[in-house]
Amino acid sequence: MTTPVPMLDIDGLDAWYGAAQVLFGLSLKVETGEAVALVGRNGAGKSTTMKALIGLISRRAHRLTLRGADISALPTHVIARLGIGYVPEDRRIFSDLTVLENLDLGRRRRAPGNTITDWSLEAVFDLFPHLAELRHRPGGQMSGGEQQMLAVARALVGNPALLLLDEPSEGVAPIVVEQMTLALTRLKASGLSLLVSEQNAQFCAAICDRAYTIEQGAVHWHGPMAALAQGGRSRPAFGPPG
Amino acid sequence: MSFESLLFQAVNGLASASGLFLVAAGLSIIFGVTRIVNMAHGSFYMLGLYLAVTLAPLLGETVGGALGFWGGIVAAALVTAGLGALVEVVLLRRIYAAPELYQLLATFALLLIINDAALYFWGPEDILGPRAPGLSGSVEFLGRHLPQYDIFLALIGPIVLIGLHIVLTGTRFGRLVRAATQDREMVAALGINEAVLFTAVFALGTGIAGLGGALQMAREPANLALDLSVLGDAFVVVVVGGMGSLRGAYLAALLVAEVKALCTALGVVEVAGITFNMSRLTLVAEFLVMAVVLVIRPHGLFGRPQPAAARRGEAEAPLVPLGPRGRLVALAVLAFFAGIPLFSAFASYAPVLALDMVIAALFAASLHLLMGPGGLASFGHAAYFGLGAYGTACAATVLGLPTPLALVIGIATASAGAVLFGWFCVRLEGVYFAMLTLAFAQIVWSIAYQWEEVTGGSNGLFGVWPDPPFDSANGLYLAALAVTLAGLVLIRRLVFAPFGLALRAARDSRLRAEASGIAVEKVRWLAFALAGTLCGAAGGLFAFAKGSISPEAISVGRSIDGLVMVLLGGVNSLTGPLLGAGGLTLLQDMVMRESAYWRALLGLIILAAVLLFPAGLAGGLRRRRAP
Repeated sequence: MTTPVPMLDIDGLDAWYGAAQVLFGLSLKVETGEAVALVGRNGAGKSTTMKALIGLISRRAHRLTLRGADISALPTHVIARLGIGYVPEDRRIFSDLTVLENLDLGRRRRAPGNTITDWSLEAVFDLFPHLAELRHRPGGQMSGGEQQMLAVARALVGNPALLLLDEPSEGVAPIVVEQMTLALTRLKASGLSLLVSEQNAQFCAAICDRAYTIEQGAVHWHGPMAALAQGGRSRPAFGPPG
Repeated sequence: MSFESLLFQAVNGLASASGLFLVAAGLSIIFGVTRIVNMAHGSFYMLGLYLAVTLAPLLGETVGGALGFWGGIVAAALVTAGLGALVEVVLLRRIYAAPELYQLLATFALLLIINDAALYFWGPEDILGPRAPGLSGSVEFLGRHLPQYDIFLALIGPIVLIGLHIVLTGTRFGRLVRAATQDREMVAALGINEAVLFTAVFALGTGIAGLGGALQMAREPANLALDLSVLGDAFVVVVVGGMGSLRGAYLAALLVAEVKALCTALGVVEVAGITFNMSRLTLVAEFLVMAVVLVIRPHGLFGRPQPAAARRGEAEAPLVPLGPRGRLVALAVLAFFAGIPLFSAFASYAPVLALDMVIAALFAASLHLLMGPGGLASFGHAAYFGLGAYGTACAATVLGLPTPLALVIGIATASAGAVLFGWFCVRLEGVYFAMLTLAFAQIVWSIAYQWEEVTGGSNGLFGVWPDPPFDSANGLYLAALAVTLAGLVLIRRLVFAPFGLALRAARDSRLRAEASGIAVEKVRWLAFALAGTLCGAAGGLFAFAKGSISPEAISVGRSIDGLVMVLLGGVNSLTGPLLGAGGLTLLQDMVMRESAYWRALLGLIILAAVLLFPAGLAGGLRRRRAP
């Protein structure tokens, strides 16, 4: 089943906010079609990893490839075009633009070599039916959960091969978390690769195959999701083992 | 005054409002997307007008008058847009990551260079354009003749407003502009090439400004002073309307232009036995409109609090008091400057040059109090220099007061001005602060220029000579040295006093400073007043040093000189501005006075400084770089 080239291959990633280094030699892999959880405390470096991958902060790596192509020195928009969809932590919906306008900006043809579902507007409205009712609502007048759905939808219409989801269950109602779990399960089934940063262990366990825990900007442990879920009950907030 | 004349002026005001709106709209759109306040925006307006008066007759010869006129306007706007795109690619792209202040300075350098380029290509004389074919007549309305072209211009503003609205809401480009105005990073993360978007936006904004300029062809001659006067007006409009709001910009342009028109229409009025010429009050009226709006709505009519600046400079290392060695060096430098009169026997120019340097040092140090510890870059410090100079000059000549008392009057004038203007300015931060300070400085300059009875108009005041014992080069120099030294010591004491700590705390984190009980606006207001007061002393000394004062000496160029001095020397130290003041004064004295194109030369120096050290001179040398 596994393809020879991983979807995402990170080795020795360093990243900076201004002059302050926040990632120290982080390494991880996402295989094609796999869902990987990135877990850790606040400030451990989960969001930073996402931002470094999409090129929003200065970074350096021994190896940083997307389907074998080096993306370590590319500008953000080129990385996005190569097939990374980014759903940021605070959603970053364009609040002056309506749902349709937000989606319109995200639309992009499939990158070459991407054979999974082609996401049309109808397809994302099928995934999040509630969004279809809000299509003319400005982003700024939506609830947190609705914005979260829109952020995922906006990334999907760009037809990514890999979706980066930064804390998709944070600050939204339990019912939305449930819907999001279902949606992500469907996305995974469609063949999309996922990298999900989360603090909610149940949410991760429902979707992800493997997990990495990060601490102070580096990978601390990695293994099957099941192993983490078991250990997670005895270790609050995915802290260091024993 | 009759209803008809009021109507006449109202139409005139609408026509002016259109011009103002076109400039302000471009400024606002460019700022929204790129977060750069384009100080050269008025220059593109000016270029549009110059290009139109050149292209329209040229085209007219080949395709006929009417087509030539309108074709010339369109061509001028397009060429301006092209130049804008070129500037974005060559210059702005290199400074998007630089601190705000450097961006402002770089675009100001561009203003200087464009002004000298216009001087080179078109010469210093005003150039009149052709009249508008088919619109050169007038329409009779209620017994008055309204110029057709004014009516046409009055319609252009709303047409462009609606056109821009359609582009912004109905096209993908427009949606991109609106999205990028809110969150550039997210736009890039959706796979959109920011670089192309930025170039397009800059071309659009400058093109609209160029169109605004070109359309004035039939109303006013092209001249080299337009860039700054238009920029000042556009800043007022944008601040009043709210940055980023096109509706706000139009409404503000209308408000400013109509209030001015109303003042002109009222003419001479008599209030409580005092006759006033209201038409002289147009500038004050502009100021009053802005003041009222800012008090009620600090972010302008339709403005919203803006997201924080794209990037602040790196965190600054705390200032350190002088150690024993530093004190020794300071004393040695002081001894050297105090000893300069000894050289005057064989180098008679020495005290004259040293006097310039000492005055510049006080000027730069007073600006630095705001910029460095205060973190507020004023682009209008010349206002207080001018108030001090004119106050002193009036006291010495008109009132005939003795020299020290005249200087005190000058300082008090500057102080009063700083207290008044500062009250408004400290409500704003960052580029808003810069724009408002510049607008106030333009107002002071215009008052000096227009209030002939008191200020002598464009000629200024002459015969401002000090009494004995200050009437010799050495005497005045030593007195100036003493005043400057007192000012510098005061600044140093203040910066390390609790007041200075509060000021620096407010700079580094406004929220945290407020949460620890610091009244940020009050502290800043006091700093603004102090900086203005000390600057007034420099201005007063300047008036005595030159024996005269004219509007030219207090123009925006003076403000920029101050900024360049502080930046060249380094914002991050108290000695930096002094070194910068000395260096720039020497440079101006030796090199720039020799060239007719000194503005472009200064512009190139600023650009070199900004491009070579995009994180700041001091920062660039010190900072450990991430790859």
